[in-house]
Amino acid sequence: MIIAKNALPGLLDNLIAEYEVYAPVKEGTYSLFKQIGKGSEAYFGFLNSKIPPKGILFPQSEKLFSYSGAQMEECIDNKKKVVFGLRPCDAQSLLLLDSVFKNDKYEDPYYMNRRANTLLVGMACSEPAPTCFCTSMGGGPFDSKGLDVMLTDTGDEYLVEAVSEKGRELMSKMGLSAAGEGQKAAAAKVRDAAVVVCKVNTDGLKGKLDANFYDTIWESFHEKCLGCGSCTYSCPTCHCFDIVDEAKDCNGCRVRNWDSCMFPLFTLHGSGHNPRTTGKERMRQRVMHKFKYFVDNFNATACVGCGRCIKNCPVNLDIREILADIQGSEARSDK
Amino acid sequence: MLRMQKLASAIQDAAKKLLEEKKVDLVVGFSKGSLPLRSTPCFIRKPEDAAKLTWDCSCENNLANYLRKRQDRVAVVAKGCDVRSIVALINENQIDRDNLFIIGVPCQGMIDRAKVDAALEGKDLVAVEEKGDSLVLKANGITIEVGTGDLTHDTCKVCRYGNPVIYDMMIGDPVPDKPEDNFADVAAFEALSPAERRAALAAEFSKCIRCYACRNACPMCYCAECFVDCSTPAWLNKSTGTDDNIMFQAGRVFHSAGRCADCGACDRACPMGINLRGMTRKMVKEVKELFGYETGVNPDEKPALAEFKADDPQPFLVKE
Repeated sequence: MIIAKNALPGLLDNLIAEYEVYAPVKEGTYSLFKQIGKGSEAYFGFLNSKIPPKGILFPQSEKLFSYSGAQMEECIDNKKKVVFGLRPCDAQSLLLLDSVFKNDKYEDPYYMNRRANTLLVGMACSEPAPTCFCTSMGGGPFDSKGLDVMLTDTGDEYLVEAVSEKGRELMSKMGLSAAGEGQKAAAAKVRDAAVVVCKVNTDGLKGKLDANFYDTIWESFHEKCLGCGSCTYSCPTCHCFDIVDEAKDCNGCRVRNWDSCMFPLFTLHGSGHNPRTTGKERMRQRVMHKFKYFVDNFNATACVGCGRCIKNCPVNLDIREILADIQGSEARSDK
Repeated sequence: MLRMQKLASAIQDAAKKLLEEKKVDLVVGFSKGSLPLRSTPCFIRKPEDAAKLTWDCSCENNLANYLRKRQDRVAVVAKGCDVRSIVALINENQIDRDNLFIIGVPCQGMIDRAKVDAALEGKDLVAVEEKGDSLVLKANGITIEVGTGDLTHDTCKVCRYGNPVIYDMMIGDPVPDKPEDNFADVAAFEALSPAERRAALAAEFSKCIRCYACRNACPMCYCAECFVDCSTPAWLNKSTGTDDNIMFQAGRVFHSAGRCADCGACDRACPMGINLRGMTRKMVKEVKELFGYETGVNPDEKPALAEFKADDPQPFLVKE
């Protein structure tokens, strides 16, 4: 199917009548996914949004329930949503978050309810950034996995392709015209021209991490790290959270907030003990969680190569360099 | 560029010598970053590694942040604002001057990455070349030439202390003096009505994701427990919300009264591009006007809030 770019706001307006629609919105020099009230608010001129769209399904601050005396009300969001224009890496990240929030040990109703009610319309990346390394992390600029519909920018038009059955249904409501051979060929040309230059070698990485917990290599990675949450909050796969009550007298709510393994407060016990006392242990946790523990638990790497942590780090601490250093270190056994 | 290369090579030589002669255990400086127009803090312990050190207009971080409460003997490559923070930290007993060797570098100002992003309309910078007084920025399908002055961080534009106020060794020629800062930006904010000010702050701080990059990039933010992390009492909600975000920053700024060197490290660290200097500079201006005090410009002067003078103005207490 095909849609002209100038017809897209109208199409979004139609979707807004039925769904909560989230799309990238221009905020100065970057974009953020926000709920839009008009199709014309959406802006697709930037590659990755500053902060990933994971917050639509797993908000940074999420009220789980509220209470007033003995009255309690759970906050379950059942509204139908469309996330429009998310990039393939962000779609891949949601598949990873799915395994965190629904597995054989636990199912999270807050995330899963939103997830079940959300359609994902992706935007293929015609011009990957120099910090993109999705192809090293099992994705790609035109990878449609996890999406329901995929759009390809061919200049004045978007080629619209259904990926899932739900996507096909959504497209049938859009009233699109069929794509001609020329339009399909134009999209194929864009796809072929989209090259992800940056490569990160992950061969054997897990094996190294299995053995190097006590390696001296961890002594230096954190040295310049400020210990802020810029990397983890801009990561589409980071999902650690902290639950707090915000209450006055008997009235309040229980809130789930994003947490960051880079913070000294992370895993600080009530006793005052913290198993991760310094930046060294916290940096190791971040790397291990993405490239070892997540693999152990869910057989996948918790990094999709979006490059946000690289761009957003105030001291230019680059995860690609950390991985390269680990790869370059001697394999060792902790025993 | 040639000038920068000369500076970098002089810094490398100095660092190598200090390490070879075992005058210091560590040199904190900058090395080339992983992205164009980016440098990254680096820690050199072996003389042969000194060649990694660099110097250019992307050495934006305040390295004083890495110098508190160290047991080792450290040399630091410090530009004007870093040195002001160092002076403030020495005054607060956070740095032992006897164990610190300052390699001062006069600074002409650092590039504001947000301005580069704006010039490239959100496209990623892939290469940069220096051409006289301008930079040629290259992104996918775009090449533009922008005057270096137009890309300089606003902090640096009004900074009058590009030349380090104390140092053990100075590398490079001093930069020319600049006129007194007239705080035009703060005055513009002060001219707004309370409702307009509230709206302006809300617009900025609705963007805050509470990653605390600002706090952690600040050399003066070193409380063992930050008030935002405190849970008994909980001074602030842990959830993000515009009001709490403003309170966080206001608390931080009040706490740095007479301590903030207006280095802009918080502003440059913010991934969301929040105008943090709007608030920090309001405090800098207040302290300067009330007490005639500027942080870290005179090592012999006591910090404004660490000293009482009988003639201290008190317009906020009693009508004068």
